[in-house]
Amino acid sequence: MKYGVNEQGYYGDFGGAYVPEMLYPNVEELRQRYLTIISDPDFKAEFDQLLKDYVGRPSPLYFAKRYSEKYGANIFLKREDLNHTGSHKINNAIGQILLARRLGKKRIIAETGAGQHGVATATVCALMGIECVVYMGEIDMARQAPNVSRMKMLGAKVVPATSGSKTLKDATNEAMRDWIANPVDTHYIIGSVVGPYPYPDMVARFQSIISFETRKQLLEHTGKELPEYVMACVGGGSNAMGMFYHFLDDESVKLIAVEAAGKGVDSGHSAATTFLGKEGVLHGSRTILMQTDDGQVVEPYSISAGLDYPGIGPQHAHLYKINRAQYASVTDDEALQAGLLCCQLEGIIPAIESAHALAQLDKMKFKKDDNVVVCLSGRGDKDLDTYIKYFNY
Amino acid sequence: MNRLNHLFATRKTNLLSIYYTAGYPEINTTVDIAAALEKAGADFLEIGFPYSDPVADGPTIQHSSQQALDNGMTLNVLFEQLKELRKRVTIPVLLMGYVNPIVQYGVERFCKKAAEAGVDGIIVPDLPMYEYESMYADFFRDNNLSNIFLVTPQTSPERIRKIDELSDSFIYLLSSSSITGGSLNVSDNIAAYYTRVKAMGLKNPTIIGFGISDNATFTKACQYASGAIVGSKFVQLLAEENFMDKIPGFIKSIRG
Repeated sequence: MKYGVNEQGYYGDFGGAYVPEMLYPNVEELRQRYLTIISDPDFKAEFDQLLKDYVGRPSPLYFAKRYSEKYGANIFLKREDLNHTGSHKINNAIGQILLARRLGKKRIIAETGAGQHGVATATVCALMGIECVVYMGEIDMARQAPNVSRMKMLGAKVVPATSGSKTLKDATNEAMRDWIANPVDTHYIIGSVVGPYPYPDMVARFQSIISFETRKQLLEHTGKELPEYVMACVGGGSNAMGMFYHFLDDESVKLIAVEAAGKGVDSGHSAATTFLGKEGVLHGSRTILMQTDDGQVVEPYSISAGLDYPGIGPQHAHLYKINRAQYASVTDDEALQAGLLCCQLEGIIPAIESAHALAQLDKMKFKKDDNVVVCLSGRGDKDLDTYIKYFNY
Repeated sequence: MNRLNHLFATRKTNLLSIYYTAGYPEINTTVDIAAALEKAGADFLEIGFPYSDPVADGPTIQHSSQQALDNGMTLNVLFEQLKELRKRVTIPVLLMGYVNPIVQYGVERFCKKAAEAGVDGIIVPDLPMYEYESMYADFFRDNNLSNIFLVTPQTSPERIRKIDELSDSFIYLLSSSSITGGSLNVSDNIAAYYTRVKAMGLKNPTIIGFGISDNATFTKACQYASGAIVGSKFVQLLAEENFMDKIPGFIKSIRG
């Protein structure tokens, strides 16, 4: 693949494995074994079976008629919100739990922002009967309380991250510290296309099912495999990378990634990484991150816990730098309004994360026959409180 | 030859190094603490420059780092303080910190400034060997700075050999795979690991760190290595009142 990772774990200038020596053996074991394991026919059969019978794949590609009328193009929604556990996160969690079992690991740790990845991880651990510990920022635990309860019901231990901004980045720090202290028996299921190599590539491969299905489904709908536009929201960027993956080499497909502008890109309360960030190292990879001139990580802000992250995955940093994908930004207000519009036009309550991608539709200039696929990465049940407060329902 | 090379060329046993965070507990305590440590008998110093997201550190050093950042510590401030420090302190000084602030500062500029300020070596836990060797090693060598690598109980013998090749002063032997601030518990496994590394006949001496907190753990570490590093325990002392007066007693309690 032209835009894939090289042998050292780099996408152009970005990637690598910037981990302390304590994590080197873990990361090295993964690097040496992940491709062999995930390309094994037995692994593939088990992965596909679970995605079909347990997750409910393929997720529909839905032709959104009223959106299409409104925006003057053919708008399709890739319905990852209909997956078991309510988002695309389950695709990666299934892949990694099967991998962890083949690595002989007895304990799983994970970080979570909105709680979607935490719920997905707790779910697959219950499915496999493996101990599960999820780190979650204290602030996120408050704003995504239903997901905390879900994880506990599924048998996971939820540990609050109380340092720094008390959100996703700090939960990730805590999970890494746990992994350092438990290097032999524990596998760390990272939930996005971030972290040291091979995580960005491994997670992208597990999420690539999204675009793999989309190509076939689009062919059925329109007689063409390739759309004009593919759009997705980006925090760390796993649903976007899954949505882009099988379109990367088709240069005619325009890839649009939507970041969270929070209260506005220049408001000081934002998570729009490509607009505000610089190159550096975060959570084990060289990427673009929001930081001060002294290289201290800036605490991001978004109303959406899943996008409230100061970096992006290294492959996104690469696609941004070489202009293969365009990076846009959408504010809290725009996203919430777009979420409500989606309810009223299409009868779908989207996650606030996914609503960022929908909000971008309003800013695009489409031609009449353009085919546009938006990744509806998650459902909005977990965000009802936020919606209700905002719209005074 | 820097001060660190010289120290290890002349002394092989019972070396004591102390770690503390620059700019903690107050922005201007960095130099006074160094002078007091030298006077009390520390053999070399590890001065941490703070980072917002120190993944290899436990709560004590996380807290000191955040406090130091809140106090206004930056690399530029630190380099100015180190120039003052070198007027009063002659023992070797290592800087320890994470890679992102160095990348932002510019690796070449960082090495040059550190050398000018009298620094002898650098420890960057999250700088991988591949990136160091292919991109940064020349900057370190040109400025006569030693790069210190970490070794854990899980590090393979081949990798330890490679680390030995790339090192020119000492190798930092982690007492266990853990973040900072744990306690050293020399189980049979760990003792076997120390013995295994010792038997490899490395060209560089080893120093044991992480979990060294008192005379018992220091003495134990010195049986297997040229010395040991105390970090979190000393940083805890810095949170106490009149900590400057307590430094000589602290060093004495470690040495016994």
